Amino acid sequence: MSTDASAAAVHAPEEGAHGEDENYLNHETGLWSWLTTRDHKRIGIMYCLSLAVVFFAAGMLAMAIRAELIAPGQTVMDADTYNQVFTMHGIMMVFLFLVPSIPAILGNFVLPLQIGAKDVAFPRLNLASWYVYMAGAIMTIVALVTGGVDTGWTFYTPYSSSTGGGILWMTAAIFVAGFASIFTGINFIVTIHKMRAPGMTWNRLPLFIWGLYATSIVQVLATPVIGITMLLLILEQSLGIGIFDPALGGDPILFQHFFWFYSHPAVYIMILPAFGILSELIATFSRQRIFGYRAIALSSVAISLLGFMVWGHHMFVSGQSAVSSIIFSLITYLIGIPSGIKVFNWVATMYKGSIWLQTPMLYALSFLFLFTIGGFTGIMVGVLAVDVHLHDTYYVVAHFHYVMMGGSVMALLGGMHYWWPKMTGKMYNETLGKIAVALIFIGFNLTFFTQFILGAQGMPRRYYDYVEKYAPLHELSTYGSWVLGLGLFLVLGYAIHSLYWGKKAPANPWAAATLEWTNVAALPDPHNFLRTPLVTRGPYDFHLADEVFGGGDGVGDGRAATAGTLEAPKPAPSAPEPQESH
Amino acid sequence: MGDSGTFWLPEQASTIASQVDGLFYFVTWVSAILFVGVVAAMLYFAYRYRRTHPSERPTPVKESKLLEISWIVVPTILVLLVFNWGFKTFIEMNVAPPDAYEIRAEAKKWSWLFTYPNGTQSDTLYVPEGQPVKMTMSSQDVIHSFFIPAFRVKHDVLPNRYSSVWFEATKTGTFDLFCTEYCGTGHSDMITQTKVVSQSEFDEWVESGGGAKDLPLPELGKRLYSQQGCQACHSIDGSSMVGPTWQNLYGKTGHEMEDGATVTADENYLREAILEPGAQIVAGYQNVMPASYSNLSERQLTALIAYMKELSTNEAPSGD
Amino acid sequence: MATDTATAPATTETDHDHPAHLEHHFVSTEQQFDSAKLGMWLFLITEILLFAGMFVAYAVYRQWHPEAFLEASVTLDQFLGTVNTIVLLTSSLTVALSIHYIQKDEQSKSFWSLIATLALAGVFLVIKYFEYTAKFEHGIYPGALFDPHGAKYEPLANIPYVAQFFSIYFVMTGIHGVHVVVGMGIIAWIASRVYRGHFGSDYFTHVELTGLYWHLVDIIWIFLYPMLYLV
Ligand code: HEA
Ligand code: HEA
Ligand code: HEC
Ligand code: CUA
Ligand SMILES: [Cu+2]
Repeated sequence: MSTDASAAAVHAPEEGAHGEDENYLNHETGLWSWLTTRDHKRIGIMYCLSLAVVFFAAGMLAMAIRAELIAPGQTVMDADTYNQVFTMHGIMMVFLFLVPSIPAILGNFVLPLQIGAKDVAFPRLNLASWYVYMAGAIMTIVALVTGGVDTGWTFYTPYSSSTGGGILWMTAAIFVAGFASIFTGINFIVTIHKMRAPGMTWNRLPLFIWGLYATSIVQVLATPVIGITMLLLILEQSLGIGIFDPALGGDPILFQHFFWFYSHPAVYIMILPAFGILSELIATFSRQRIFGYRAIALSSVAISLLGFMVWGHHMFVSGQSAVSSIIFSLITYLIGIPSGIKVFNWVATMYKGSIWLQTPMLYALSFLFLFTIGGFTGIMVGVLAVDVHLHDTYYVVAHFHYVMMGGSVMALLGGMHYWWPKMTGKMYNETLGKIAVALIFIGFNLTFFTQFILGAQGMPRRYYDYVEKYAPLHELSTYGSWVLGLGLFLVLGYAIHSLYWGKKAPANPWAAATLEWTNVAALPDPHNFLRTPLVTRGPYDFHLADEVFGGGDGVGDGRAATAGTLEAPKPAPSAPEPQESH
Repeated sequence: MGDSGTFWLPEQASTIASQVDGLFYFVTWVSAILFVGVVAAMLYFAYRYRRTHPSERPTPVKESKLLEISWIVVPTILVLLVFNWGFKTFIEMNVAPPDAYEIRAEAKKWSWLFTYPNGTQSDTLYVPEGQPVKMTMSSQDVIHSFFIPAFRVKHDVLPNRYSSVWFEATKTGTFDLFCTEYCGTGHSDMITQTKVVSQSEFDEWVESGGGAKDLPLPELGKRLYSQQGCQACHSIDGSSMVGPTWQNLYGKTGHEMEDGATVTADENYLREAILEPGAQIVAGYQNVMPASYSNLSERQLTALIAYMKELSTNEAPSGD
Repeated sequence: MATDTATAPATTETDHDHPAHLEHHFVSTEQQFDSAKLGMWLFLITEILLFAGMFVAYAVYRQWHPEAFLEASVTLDQFLGTVNTIVLLTSSLTVALSIHYIQKDEQSKSFWSLIATLALAGVFLVIKYFEYTAKFEHGIYPGALFDPHGAKYEPLANIPYVAQFFSIYFVMTGIHGVHVVVGMGIIAWIASRVYRGHFGSDYFTHVELTGLYWHLVDIIWIFLYPMLYLV
C-alpha cells in the first residue's frame, strides 16, 4: 500500500490550500529550538551546516596548497605557512570533516527513518555529540590562534613533541572530538539493535544501515585508542613523560603504532558508510534488487574487523620488524577481497535493471570509477617492495584522495543529492547537478591522476618546494584543482538556490522502496511516522513495492506526481498494533 | 620526465630497481585490466538498460553463486601471487650482502652528512658503481627518511637508533636524494645528490679526503666549516662563541695568547692552531678545541685556511 | 521497504497510560531499559580500550626494561596499595547491594548503600593522595621532572628507564583516579535521586548502570594493582 500517499493524504489534504503542514522544520522555530532539539533530523541538519563550513575551510586550504605548488620555489607563501596549511588541511578534512561526515549528517537523518524508529535510542546523547564536536572545532580555532600546528596530520614524534605552537590545543581538540564520534557510534549500534520497526529483520535492513552498523563498530572500538594516544602526546609535550620521545628514552615507533592503530580503522570509518550510500543509490536508480545483498552486508562487517589488523602497512620503511611488515602486508591484501565483492555486486546490480541517470546515480558511477582506482593503488602501496619506493610520495597522496575524495566525498555528495528532497522538501536543479558532477569528475582526475605519476617518479609529499623536473605535472594538477573547485562551488550555489527557489519535492521523487521514502511525508513529521510501519518485504524488492508506483503501473519516479496528488491507496491489510520492535 | 625514465617510473640505476618496476607494472596492468572490466561493464549496463519509461519494472535478477564465488576466488589468487612476489623482493632489499661497503649517514635538520670508512665526509653521497653499499643511518633530532628514487630505496632515519638500507648502483651519473619524512621548515630543502662514479674514481675521491677536485678551495673550506662542525664554536660574523671568530682572523697581527705572547695569524699559525689546538691557547679561551682535527687531509687544511682568508679583510701578512 | 502500515494507531507520545519515565521514542519500558543497558556496555568497552592503550605502553616498556620496572615497583607502597584494593572491592559490593535493594523497593537501604560506596571511594582517594605526596616529596614526578632523592629512592637515579615506569604509574593511576572522581559525582547524583524516590522496582535503570560503571572502575584497579605494585 502506498504510505507516502497516505501520509501525505493525512497531512496535506489540499495541496497549496493553506500553506505548509506541520513538519520537523516548522513545528518549532527559532534558534533556541534548534540548539536544544533532540530530533535526530535536526541534529543531522546542524551537523550538515557545521561540516559544510569545515569542508569549505579545509577545501580552501587545499586550494592554497595547490596554488603554492603551481611552480617550484616560493609562489604564494613561505615554507612554514605551507607546512601549517597542509597540516590543517589534513587534520580538518580527516578528523573534523570526513570521520563525522556521513554518519553524523546522513546517518543521523536517515537511520531512524530507514528502520522505522521515532528517533535514535539516546536523543540527548545525540545532541551532546554535536556540542562536543563543536567544542572540538572551537579548540581547533584556538590552536590556530595560539600559533598553529605544523606536524602533518600524523603528529609523528619526536617532531610533534618538540615543536611549539598550538599543538596542545590541537591534540586536545582531537581528543574531545573523538567523544562525538564515540557517542554517535554507541547511539547507532543500540538503535539498530533495539529500535527496528516490526518486520524489519536483519535481512531486511537497508544496506546503508549495514554500512553504518559496521562503521559504528569501528568508531566504538578504535576511537578510544586515538583518545589515549592524544592524551599521551599531550603529556609528552607538557610533562615529558618519555613514552614517545627518544631524547627522554621513549620510542617514536611506538607512537606510530598507536597512531595508526586508530587511523587505519578510521579510513574505514570514512568509507564504510559511503559503501552504504552507494548500495542505496545503485539499487534505487537501477530499480533492481541488490545483487548479493548478504555478501555486501557481511563484507562491510568483515572489512571493519580486518581493518583492525593492518595498521602496520603505513610503517613498512619506518623500522618496524620485517616480519610484522610481511604479516601486515598479507592482511592488507585480504581487505581487497570484501571490497571487490562490493564493487562487483554493484555492477552486477545494474544488469537488467532500469537505469536512471539522475545526479545521485552519476555520483554513484563516479564513485565506482574513482574508488576502484583508489583501491587498486591501495593494493599497490600494500606491496612491500613497491611501497618502499612509493611511501611518502605523491603516489600515496593520490591514493588516499582517490579513496577519500573520490570515494567517500563523492558518495556523500551523491547521498546529499539523493536525500536532499527529504531533508529540505525541495528539489535541486537537475541540469546544474549534472554539470557539476562532470566538472568535479574531470577536475578531480586532472588534479590527482597527475599525482600518481608524480609520486611514482619520486616526488616526496609534504614538500613546499620541489626539483624542476616535477613542474609540468604539478602545474597541471593545480589547474585541475580549479576545475574541481568550480564544480563544488556550483553545488554550493544551486543547493542554496534550491532552498529558496527550488521546486517543492514530492514524498518519493526517486520511486525508492525504503521506509523514509514510502512511509514518510515529503518533509518528515517531527515524529517521523504517523503510524509505526510494519515491514513485510526487503528494502529493494521493487517488484513487490506497488505503493512506489501508485498502485501498479503508471507514474513512478514521482515526476508526474507530487505528494498528495496520487490516488488514495487501497486500504492496507491491517496489521496488529506492534508493541515490540523485535 | 627527463633522464631516461619511463612514463611512470624514473630511471633505473640500481640492481633492485628492475625487480621493483616489474612488480609495479604487473600490479598496474592487472589493475588496469580489472578496472577497465568494471568500468566497461558499468557503462555498458548504464546504456543498455537505461530507463526509457518511469513505469519500468524490471524483474529481479537471480543471484548466481558461481559468479559470486568466482569474484572471491580470482582476486584471492591474484593478491597471493602479488604478496609472494613483493615479499621476496622485500626480503632481498632488507638483507645487505656481507661484502657491502659501509657508509654512515647522519641526518639533521636539514642536511645530510655522509662519512666514509676512512673518515672522509661529504654532504653529497658518493658511491662506487657495481659495488653493494650499505648505509648505516641515524638522526640527530627528529625522524628523517633517506630516499633515492632512481635506486627505489627508502628508509626512515631515526634519532635513537641505527637503521640501514643497501643498494648496488648500476650506472654512473647524478641522482636525486630526498628526505621523505616530514621534518619541519626545511623538509623540502633537505635534498642532495647521489653521485655514482666508477670504482677507481671513487677510490681516488675517498683517498683525497672527499677530493671534490672540481671545487674551488674557499668553497670546499666553507663546506668543511659546517661539515666538520667548526661552526659550532666559531662564528664568521665577528661574534665570540666557544672559540674565537674567524672574521678578520687571517692576517691579524699582535694576536694575544694565553701565555702573553703575541703572534701573527698567518698560514702557519692557523695550520698549527688546527692540527695542534693545545699548542698555543688564544687569550680568553679554554683549551677545548678537539685535537681530532689533526687527521684532516692536506687539501682540507688548505681549503679551510683559504676560506678564512676570504673572511678576512686583513692584508696578507708580510713575508708570505 | 515496509509495505504496510499498521492501521490501528500505533504508539505515539500522546498515547495512553505511559509510565512517566518512558521516553516518547521508545515503545516499552523493556525496550528502553535494554537500550540503555546495551549503550552502557558499549561505553564500558570504549573505557576498556582507553586503558588498553596504556596497558600496551606498560607491556612494551616492561618487556624492554624488566629490571627497571622491578626496581621501581618495589618502591611503591604495597601496604597502601593492598588496602586500597580492599577498599575498592568493598565499594563494589556496596554498589551491588544498592541495586539489589532498589529492585526490592527498599529505597532507604539502597540510598545508604550508595552513600557507603561514596565514602569508600573517598577513602580510596585519600589514600591515593598520601601515596602521591610521599612520592612527590622525594622527587618522584612523572616525566622530565623526575629527580629521585631520599634514602629509598636514591638508587633509582642510576637506573635507566625507571622514569618511564613512574610516568606510566602516574598516568594510569591518574586517569583511574579521574574515573573515581567522576564516578563519585554520578553516585552522589543517583543517591540523591534515590533519596527523592525517583526509582523503584519498576524502574532502576540509572542505579544499575551506575553500578556497572563502578564495577568497571573497580576491575581496572584490579588489573593496575598487580601490574604496578606486585610486578
Ligand atoms: C577512505 C579512506 C581509505 C580507504 C578506503 C583506503 C583503502 C585502502 N588502503 Fe589506504 N590510505 C588512506 C585512506 C584510505 N585507504 C590514507 C588517508 C592513507 C595515507 C595516510 C598518510 O600517510 O597520510 C592511506 C595509505 C595507505 C597505505 C600506506 C602507504 C604508505 O604510506 O606508504 C597503504 C598500504 O598498504 C594503503 C592500502 C590500502 C588498501 C589495500 C586499501 C583497500 O581497502 C582498498 C580495497 C579496494 C580495492 C582493492 C578495489 C576494489 C576491488 C576490486 C575491484 C576487486 C579486485 C581486487 C583485487 C584483485 C585485489 N593505504
Ligand atoms: C577528506 C579528506 C580530504 C579531502 C576531501 C581532500 C581534498 C583535497 N586535497 Fe587533500 N589531503 C588530505 C585529505 C583530504 N584532501 C590529507 C589527510 C592530506 C595529508 C596531510 C598531511 O600530509 O599531513 C592531504 C594532503 C593534500 C596534498 C598534499 C600536500 C603535501 O603533501 O604537501 C594536496 C596537494 O595537492 C592536497 C590537495 C587536495 C585538493 C586539491 C583537494 C580538493 O579535493 C578540495 C576541493 C574542495 C574545495 C575546493 C572546497 C569547496 C567547498 C565548498 C564550495 C563548500 C561546498 C559545500 C558543499 C558542497 C556542501 N591534499
Ligand atoms: C669544541 C669547540 C671547537 C670546535 C668544534 C673547533 N674549534 Fe677551533 N677553537 C676552539 C677554541 C676554544 C679555540 C681557542 C683556544 C685555542 O686556541 O685552542 C679555537 C681556536 C681555533 C683557531 C685559532 C683561532 C685564533 O683566533 O687564533 C683556529 C684556526 C681554529 N680553532 C680552527 C678550527 C677548525 C678549522 C675547526 C673545524 C675543523 C675547529 N676549529 C673546530 C674550539 C673549537
Ligand atoms: Cu628531513 Cu624531511
Ligand atoms: Cu591504512
